[in-house]
Amino acid sequence: MAFFEMAKTAIGTVLRKPATRRYPSVAPKSTPLTRGRVSIDPSRCISCGMCMKKCPSGAICVRKEEKTWSIDRLKCIVCNCCVEVCPVHCLTMDTSYFPCVTEHRAIDVHVITYVKPERPKRPETGEKPGEGTDGSS
Amino acid sequence: MPRRIVVPFGPQHPVLPEPIHLDLVLKDEHVEEALPSIGYIHRGLETLVTKREYPEYVYIAERTCGICSFIHGMTYCQAVEKLVDCTVPERALFLRTIWSEYSRLHSHLLWLGLFADALGFENLFMASWRLRESVLDVLEETTGGRVIQGSCKVGGVRKDISGETLERMRKGLDIIERDAGEIADVFLRDDSIVSRTRGIGVLSREDAYALGAVGPTARASGVGIDLRKTGYAAYDKLSFSPVVETAGDCHARCAVRVKELFTSIDLIRQAIAKIPDGPIEEKPKKNPEGDYFARSEQPRGELVHYVKGDGSRHLVRSRIRTPTLTNLPSLVRMLKGCNLADVPVIVLSIDPCIGCAER
Repeated sequence: MAFFEMAKTAIGTVLRKPATRRYPSVAPKSTPLTRGRVSIDPSRCISCGMCMKKCPSGAICVRKEEKTWSIDRLKCIVCNCCVEVCPVHCLTMDTSYFPCVTEHRAIDVHVITYVKPERPKRPETGEKPGEGTDGSS
Repeated sequence: MPRRIVVPFGPQHPVLPEPIHLDLVLKDEHVEEALPSIGYIHRGLETLVTKREYPEYVYIAERTCGICSFIHGMTYCQAVEKLVDCTVPERALFLRTIWSEYSRLHSHLLWLGLFADALGFENLFMASWRLRESVLDVLEETTGGRVIQGSCKVGGVRKDISGETLERMRKGLDIIERDAGEIADVFLRDDSIVSRTRGIGVLSREDAYALGAVGPTARASGVGIDLRKTGYAAYDKLSFSPVVETAGDCHARCAVRVKELFTSIDLIRQAIAKIPDGPIEEKPKKNPEGDYFARSEQPRGELVHYVKGDGSRHLVRSRIRTPTLTNLPSLVRMLKGCNLADVPVIVLSIDPCIGCAER
């Protein structure tokens, strides 16, 4: 009986489709929750630096003067921490993984294009000290 | 007159991806003595606790081990929750239990595959890992990570599982149970496996107890210690009995793990049936102060996380005791008197995870 069992399995295995995916032609499996890589919307980033401060591996670097947000993909442990702490939700988790690299340099630099909206001018003339009306930075 | 020679085993060895080195003192083919040495992959994770704030350290605690990652994170959270006086909501406890049991399933299936591979049973290795893949799919679908789940946080959990997904998981368990049954049959009864493992690397009950063996290594020798019985997370609300074997050899250790697959499946079913509705996290109200030992049952045995806080955002000390380190004295005892050809099988039978033993 064991022989028939084995023959059945063997024939089934030959006729069946492969159990693995033909990867480059077929997209890899992912779920809506999959943590692939961090992506940023530079038009919404307010350069607060919370992501840099909270990152457990120190992969993110925010430079306020140069207006850049950079991430070292090889340091990033894709823990979702920055996405959780971002106050304006400009960071999101992409479900596709970061592709392989051949050089040991994978720093993504994004130029922050966010412009602080100008505060609407107050109609009354009485100005309080210390409250700047200058909206540009 | 037999000659005594010393054969080095590891840290690079074909059957063992873990960097442990053993000096085997041989007399002909028999091992007279085994001298272990570790220290190849120390990463200093415990010191990092002073450099990161306590909520961020969960990510690092999880990365102590690449297999039982969720349970590391959970145990660290349990310890810190005591320091910050935080009561975890019921639903979060049940979710933690479900994810720990899925972790146990995938860890045991990984080990069973490696064990089959160490015996030269490639086919069974593939079958075990294929089944493990379906467990990993569930973990990825519910937490976002395959092996590093990252879903535990101080005060609760990050992700909730919807009722619909729970129902799908419950149905998926039937398929996992059926496939596990097929593999279990081979592991427990196949002639080639039995002849390679029965009566090899015997650890008596007294030795297991005296040398401080934990987890499946202890349970295979008849010491019925299972930390889940202490009732952390939601285990006090679920009924199960620890799997205990008495032979103490490699086959018994394999049998314990095979049978634990079904215990885990049963525990997940119970947890899905009993899970209450409600919030999934509670915000800590103060900074950690004082010290606490949290214990839990990893797939490999007892895990202890010790944390000490001084009222600031940073903890002052963290200490992790992992089951592999505790099982090393038992391993040395098992190796005494065995054949050289059986050494890889015996070393693998304690499920060594040097990565977490050295941290």
